[in-house]
Amino acid sequence: MVIKTENISKTYNPDSIPVHALRGVNIEIEKGEFTAIVGPSGSGKTTLLNIIGGLDRPTDGYIEVGGSDISKLSDNELIDFRRNNIGFVFQAYNLIPVLTARENVEFVMLLQNQSEEVRNERTEELLKAVGLEKEIDRRPSKLSGGQQQRVAVARALASKPTFVLADEPTANLDSKSTTNLLDIMAELNRKEEITFVFSTHDQRVIDRARRVITLEDGVIASDIRR
Amino acid sequence: MITLFKLARRNIWRNKRRTYITAASIFFAVLLASFMQSIQRGAWDKMVDGIVTSFAGYAQVHQVGYNEEETIEKAFPFNANLQNLPQEIDGLEGFVPRLTSFALASYELQTKGVLVVGTDPESEHGMTRLRNNLVEGAYFEEGENSVLIVEGVAKTLKVNIGDTLVLISSGYHGVNAAGKYNVKGILKFASPLLNRRMVFLPLSVAQNFYGAEGLITRLSIDIKEKDKLPQVVQAVQKNLGDEFEVLEWEKLMPELSEAREVDTAGNFLVLIILYVIIGFGIFGTILMMAKEREYEFGVLLAIGMKRWKLGMVIWMEVVMLGLFGAFLGILGSVPLVGYFKRHPLDFSEMEGMADAYEKFGFEPVFPASFEFQIFFTHAVIVFILTSILAIYPLLKIRKMQPVQAMRG
Ligand SMILES: Nc1ncnc2c1ncn2[C@@H]1O[C@H](COP(=O)(O)OP(=O)(O)OP(=O)(O)O)[C@@H](O)[C@H]1O
Ligand SMILES: [Mg+2]
Repeated sequence: MVIKTENISKTYNPDSIPVHALRGVNIEIEKGEFTAIVGPSGSGKTTLLNIIGGLDRPTDGYIEVGGSDISKLSDNELIDFRRNNIGFVFQAYNLIPVLTARENVEFVMLLQNQSEEVRNERTEELLKAVGLEKEIDRRPSKLSGGQQQRVAVARALASKPTFVLADEPTANLDSKSTTNLLDIMAELNRKEEITFVFSTHDQRVIDRARRVITLEDGVIASDIRR
Repeated sequence: MITLFKLARRNIWRNKRRTYITAASIFFAVLLASFMQSIQRGAWDKMVDGIVTSFAGYAQVHQVGYNEEETIEKAFPFNANLQNLPQEIDGLEGFVPRLTSFALASYELQTKGVLVVGTDPESEHGMTRLRNNLVEGAYFEEGENSVLIVEGVAKTLKVNIGDTLVLISSGYHGVNAAGKYNVKGILKFASPLLNRRMVFLPLSVAQNFYGAEGLITRLSIDIKEKDKLPQVVQAVQKNLGDEFEVLEWEKLMPELSEAREVDTAGNFLVLIILYVIIGFGIFGTILMMAKEREYEFGVLLAIGMKRWKLGMVIWMEVVMLGLFGAFLGILGSVPLVGYFKRHPLDFSEMEGMADAYEKFGFEPVFPASFEFQIFFTHAVIVFILTSILAIYPLLKIRKMQPVQAMRG
């Protein structure tokens, strides 16, 4: 089990106008899953991913990642936790603009104090896996949106995380780039057993998932494996 | 390989225009500040040098207590030990032994209180160029029964070259002192203060007059390098022991050093105002930068960059930008200040200014002082200023939550 939540809830602005973004969510995700979190806008997808990723804390409930309780970690402990356990792919602007594709991927490993040898080898391997060996020394501004998201995926994997979280990774991509990114993610998932959890509105993306968790009003409405 | 330093360096060039504008503002501040300070210091150095070397000397040796109460009773023997000082002490150019006291000078029916300066004609000219102050007559020689008088004395007493001046005073240990001296020359000093009451006698003649054979009241010291003054003074003091006081010009002429300090403080205030204005400009840049990059900071915290590392990058960016501007400023100041050292600012054509300065005996010409320490000081000020301003983004990062930062 890589992720396990017990009855987590999240209330924003508890003191003024409370917004109950999550209301008792129980999820268990196994290693190697390829899971989509779906649901209407405002249903709590981002909130859930943030909590699982240690970017935010639940108001209530228990959450375990890779066997350890993360709900009690301090802000700075959460930073260390995220660096070593979670790969993030955000909707856009994932990359540091002044760093090249190679440097962006390498950067996470630098933060982990990996040796130069390990960094170089892994960076090239990952950028090759996402099909960007030719663009390795370009800065993000010289890459298309789809290429940028592929670099983001490579970066997310660089730290050898327990799993990769992607909040609407294809929201800003055209359909060709979307397919391409999904192919790469699915391939990494199949070959290297990388666990992916991603949220999406896009039906084509949903179709590719092997498990679909639907949120509605902060609760799980359905959880289908296929 | 990418390091935090490299990251900071590249970030500086993200917004080239902003970097140039900020660096330019620092450039002008440093340029202006170094220039102002160099001119101010150069003008004062020149003024002090003019005043100090025209009579008092950069330092003087007295018997302890003489500076408090100038009396001939505190005269001391000009012995071998004192005469050997230049050989003993490095950085000492030479000295002028003087026996000074008051006397009444009269000529025919006129009488005036004067300051008698018994001095060694040769070493006196060596240090103060006294001979050059002659406007009439000729310079005197050691042992000769002549007196040189300043213009003020000549006018009041209505004496001329070749007349005989009578001096009356009370000498060493209260003996009666009286003598007649041939007026050999008339002197004019630049400073009106010096021009009023001085009469010069050869040292041995003055000693004879005051009944103070072999004694002097003060030994004015000339030094090779002005920067070494404190060390030389200390060395002389150590050599002579605590029977003597060795005083720098600041103690001999407190009004002069105070005037310099007041002017320097005024200058300093202007510099503070300048840097406060520049500081606000830099702070504006930092605010904008921090706001624009909030999302990016959020991403970096999300992917696990420690806060202090992120803070370090931002701090380096701001400080490097500041030092870059300061470096340009120094690069610009060096030739500018160098130029005005060789081609001093000259106000002698400006009537009001020229008159005012000439009243005090100075040419209204101000060479810049070229001191590396001035440039260095401004680089340090910019470093400190930017280091302090860079605390602001650090405080923001300390409390930053990645989710909020990325929501904008
Ligand atoms: N920081 C916050 N402060 C207050 N309310 C918030 C905050 N973040 C989210 N919400 C609210 O919580 C609810 C769930 O938001 P969330 O962003 O998780 O939904 P989502 O499913 O990701 O929506 P979308 O598909 O539009 O991205 C929404 O009503 C939203 O307005
Ligand atoms: Mg969302």
